[in-house]
Amino acid sequence: MTVYRLTTPISEDETRKLKVNDEIYITGTMVTARDQAHKRALELHAENKKLPLDLEGLAVFHCGPIVKKHGDKWRIVAAGPTTSTRMDIFEGDFIKNFKVRVIIGKGGMGQRTTEAMQRYGAVYGAFTGGAAVLAAKAIDEVRAVEWFDLGMPEALWILGAKEFGPLTVAIDSHGNNLFEDVRDRAEENRKAIYRKLGIR
Amino acid sequence: MDIESLTEKVGYDLLRLAVTELPRDVKEALQKAHREETSEAGKTQLKAILENIQLAERTHTPMCQDTGTIIFYIRAGAEVGRLEKVENALIEATRRATVEVPLRPNAVDPFVGKNTGDNTGRNIPFVNWEIVPGNSLEITVLPKGGGSENVCMLGMLVPGEGLQGLKKFVVDAVMKAGAKPCPPNILGVAVGGGADVALKLAKKALLRPIDQHNSDPEISELERELLEAANLTGIGPMGLGGRFTVLGVNVDYAARHPASYPAAVAFNCWAARRATARILENGEVEHITHRNR
Ligand code: SF4
Repeated sequence: MTVYRLTTPISEDETRKLKVNDEIYITGTMVTARDQAHKRALELHAENKKLPLDLEGLAVFHCGPIVKKHGDKWRIVAAGPTTSTRMDIFEGDFIKNFKVRVIIGKGGMGQRTTEAMQRYGAVYGAFTGGAAVLAAKAIDEVRAVEWFDLGMPEALWILGAKEFGPLTVAIDSHGNNLFEDVRDRAEENRKAIYRKLGIR
Repeated sequence: MDIESLTEKVGYDLLRLAVTELPRDVKEALQKAHREETSEAGKTQLKAILENIQLAERTHTPMCQDTGTIIFYIRAGAEVGRLEKVENALIEATRRATVEVPLRPNAVDPFVGKNTGDNTGRNIPFVNWEIVPGNSLEITVLPKGGGSENVCMLGMLVPGEGLQGLKKFVVDAVMKAGAKPCPPNILGVAVGGGADVALKLAKKALLRPIDQHNSDPEISELERELLEAANLTGIGPMGLGGRFTVLGVNVDYAARHPASYPAAVAFNCWAARRATARILENGEVEHITHRNR
C-alpha cells in the first residue's frame, strides 16, 4: 500500500500509478454529482453543449451535501458520501466524455464502471460512510454552485478540497475491484463458516 | 421535581451527547479494531472513523450526517408521578435538538412523502416503556441510522432446525448486508416471543455495552461464536475487506410458541449512538453513558 497526495488536475499517468488498497488524499477542485447531475451532464454532452466547467482531471464526489448560506457565502455543514451504485448507469460515459480521474463515494461500483476506468484511466476512491465531519473539514471552500434547480442535494457543487481523505482506492485503472474481490471471498468463506458452526 | 421540564432538558442533553460522542465501549472497540486490523484498506477506514469521531467530539458536531430516527427507552419507577408528561417532553426535546444540535430532519410521512422538518411525526420519536420499582426515571436515546436499519432482518425459522437455523440466519444476514450498513457493525440478535417481540428484543439488545458479557454463560458463548463467524466473512470495515466486520453481538430471547421460531437481527453501524441518564427523586441527574459536557 502506498499513500498518495494528489492535486487536481490529475493526469492519466498519475492515475495509472494507483493500485487498489492505496490511500489517497486530494487537494484542488472536487465536484459533487448525484443521479440528476450525471444525467444532465450527459444530456448536454449529447447536444454538443458545454458544461459549466471543464471536468478533465478533477474528482467527482457522490454526495448530497447540506450547505448553508452565511451572508453571500455558502458553507458546507455536512458532506458524507452517498451510495455509488446508483450512478453505475451513467459513470462509464461520464468518465469517457469528461475525463474525470477520481470518483469518490461509498459502497463501490460495478463491472461497467470498472471497465471504463480501465479503458480511460480513472479510479474509485472509497470514502468512509457517515464520516461527515472529516469530509466537511477537508472542504475549505464552496467555489460555486451550478444547476441549483435540481435541488440542494442534486446540484453541482464546485468545492475546494484540501487533503480530502483518506480514500481507499477500491477500483483502479487496471481492472481490479476491491469490493467485488471481498464479496467473492466472503462467498467462498461461507461454506467454511457453516461447517464451523455445525450447520449442515 | 418538575418531571416535565427535567425530562425535556435531559432528553435534549442525551440527544446532543449521543450524536456527537460515542459511548466508551464502542470507542474502545473501534480503537482495538484499528490496532488489530490486518487489511490495509480496513485499517485506513478505521483510521478515518477514529479521526471523524474525535473531530465530532471536539467540535460538538454530529459524527454522521444521518442523525437517525429518534427512539427512546424509558425505565420508569412506579412511584414517579406525572408520567403522562414524559412523552410530550421528549417530543419537545427532539424538536429543540433538531434546531440546536442540529439534527437532520428524518421524519417523513410515509404516504405523502412530506418531511415534517423537526424529527417528530406520528409515533416518532418512538417511546418504549418499562415500569420498574422505585422513584427514578431512566431515559435512553437510540438515534438509529437508516443505512443500518435497512438491513435488519426478521425470519420465521423452522423450529426443527433449532440453534443451527438461527446461526445460519445471522451469518446470512451479515453476508447479505455486506458494505451497506457501514461496517464494522454491532448486532442485536433475538429469538422467540413472536415476530414483533423478536425484533423489539433484537433492537433493544443494541443498548447493552458490547464489553459486557451476557450473564447466561451459554448465551455468552453463542454471542462469541456468532461474532467470530461474522468476522470470518472477511467483509471488513466499509466492506473493503478485513478482520473487523462486527464489533459485538448481543443476544436476547423470549419463550416461543412450539410451532414458531422467530429470529431477528438488528444492525447498528460504527456510529452506534446511544446515551442514558437517570433522573433521581430529588431532581438530580446522573449521566450513565456520557460525561455531560
Ligand atoms: S449507516 Fe450509520 S454511519 Fe452509515 S451513513 Fe447511516 S447512520 Fe451514518
